[in-house]
Amino acid sequence: MTRIIHRFTRKVPEWQPRVVPVKLEEATPQQLEALKVTPSNTKVSDYVLTLAHDVESLSVRSPLFNAIMYDRGGMSREERELGALAASMVNRCVYCAAVHADRHAKLAKDETVTDELFAKGEMADLDPRNKAIFDFSRKAAEAPPSAGQEDIEALSKAGLSDEEIFDLILSSSLFGWANRLMHVLGDPVSRKETA
Amino acid sequence: MATDRAAGRSTDKGERGGMNNSDLTILSQAGVTPDSTLSRVVSSRGNIIGMTQVAEEAVLRPKETGAFSHDLRASIAARVARLAGDEALAAYYAADAGQYAALADPGTPGVQYKELAAVLSFVDKVANQTREATADDVAGLQHAGVSDADIVRLCELVAFLAFQIRVIAGLRLMQRGTV
Repeated sequence: MTRIIHRFTRKVPEWQPRVVPVKLEEATPQQLEALKVTPSNTKVSDYVLTLAHDVESLSVRSPLFNAIMYDRGGMSREERELGALAASMVNRCVYCAAVHADRHAKLAKDETVTDELFAKGEMADLDPRNKAIFDFSRKAAEAPPSAGQEDIEALSKAGLSDEEIFDLILSSSLFGWANRLMHVLGDPVSRKETA
Repeated sequence: MATDRAAGRSTDKGERGGMNNSDLTILSQAGVTPDSTLSRVVSSRGNIIGMTQVAEEAVLRPKETGAFSHDLRASIAARVARLAGDEALAAYYAADAGQYAALADPGTPGVQYKELAAVLSFVDKVANQTREATADDVAGLQHAGVSDADIVRLCELVAFLAFQIRVIAGLRLMQRGTV
């Protein structure tokens, strides 16, 4: 029995597709090629097998995802995760929010920021830099996007360089993309207990 | 004056695999000109900007179109841009909408495109009411005869646009700050 998770959590659920994923044994050579590079670079998940239905998109999406989240320089990985988390909370992608809250907590070696965000959302009490990052990202994730000049100015005032601001625009926007795949094409479900 | 033509027109081909700013939708839409302060800021992420353009090709003009032809995809893209309040980006996509031009306007009654009604309501919801999307929305497309592969293709199109729209919006805000 699986149970759909509706509340934000740092405990990463399983992802259950709402469509039938590509079967690995039936994958075309082009699909197999695209499946080599995945955002997590681990085993081929149902999520990636689902995206393999559109192999041209998957082939560019995986390296683009990795570049935005992991390329050196600019904004720290921890802060990019905060941008990803803000968007995922706005779009209520419980799976994405769990993965990126967990990564944030591990990179920051601190669970208080994500605890506070899950408890209070946009009313969370954060330090000025994290607050500016979260507020910009959550407004940018609204549909239509509602971030304004004052939100960019708040980022500058909090000490972010222009390079860091651009990295934040990229990482928060990336989750406008990822959330619309993960939240729409599947459900976050509790992990099956091994008997 | 004979010198005007050459001045300031030197292209930066060779960078980003032969693309210059006018070939890169996010930079051209945000008005990021070569040699500007913002152009220098974003240049360290040239690989990401280039891949974003490749991704646009993959969702707007793929070799394997499935149920969604290039002109229909362009029209859906224009519709999503308009739903996000980005008229300039909507116009960029609407130029390729061909027979589906009317569908690019979210206000158009669905009568003309009855067979696309389920697709369009799915697009509108995923684009702008993302958090409310449920299993029923995917099931609705399946009942309307849309294959699972086409459902993924449609999601990738709308989802990519959500990304592109927000990168452009962010760059425009940065651009205004540097003027």
